[in-house]
Amino acid sequence: MALNQEFVGRSFPPSPVYQVGREKIREFATAIGDSNPVFHDLAAATALGYADIIAPPTFAILVSLKAVTSVAHDPDLGLDYSRVVHGDQRFVYARPICAGDELVVTATIESARTVAGNDMLSARADVATTAGEHVVTTYSTIVARAAEEAGS
Amino acid sequence: MTPAFADVEVGYELPAQSFPITRADLVRYCGASGDFNIIHWNERVATSVGLPNVIAHGMFTMAEAVRVVTDWLGDPGALLDYGCRFTRPVVVPDDDNGATLTVSAKITEKRDDNTVVITISASCDDSTVLGKAQAVVRLP
Repeated sequence: MALNQEFVGRSFPPSPVYQVGREKIREFATAIGDSNPVFHDLAAATALGYADIIAPPTFAILVSLKAVTSVAHDPDLGLDYSRVVHGDQRFVYARPICAGDELVVTATIESARTVAGNDMLSARADVATTAGEHVVTTYSTIVARAAEEAGS
Repeated sequence: MTPAFADVEVGYELPAQSFPITRADLVRYCGASGDFNIIHWNERVATSVGLPNVIAHGMFTMAEAVRVVTDWLGDPGALLDYGCRFTRPVVVPDDDNGATLTVSAKITEKRDDNTVVITISASCDDSTVLGKAQAVVRLP
């Protein structure tokens, strides 16, 4: 099914504020098995000049993905979310996410195309503090796989 | 201690690492990330949608792979850009060993602004699982 081209270029209202908690960062770092002390230990992080512990690089997906998936679920877009897989992902950082940050996400649809029956939606999410400081931009492509032929 | 720009050249290889991925790791990542997609923990559903078995979250694989870079850097804040394609799923069997992700990385470009491009190779069972995996880092 072709995706609704009217979504391309559309920006969505800023997300609710995401409050970055120390324990959430530690929980995430533990879940990915990353014991780098700057993700766990306040003294180690401040020794490197950070105000608090910082988050592992891919933590940004926790902040941005909700904004992107809420767009993807819009019935007017025409994406079959039950067949969605993650196609590609990129993060461009101004600085690491830090405990205590209050972050707001603004999502924009960059492209919506169909390749070999697969619907591909590319979205950008700009993550900034409530004070307007840019922290990270995430670029995500999600793919709704074409329905398979019987028996394949 | 972050390596110095002057001390590295194109072709420099970062220390490679291997990461075991078990079902327990995926369940823990579901909870920590909030991504509870059923294909990451339920074999019955994963196979019913045409997957060989439960697969790891692409974002989990991406998180493991960049540790080769951030462990080398010491300060992960030196990472400026990180991206990849998810070209093949990491299939995680229901046993004590799970899957093993093998990650290597090398410098493929030095730029004028004290940044270097690092190309990352991530494989599982001798198959590449990430495509165009690249990080850009700033070195002192």
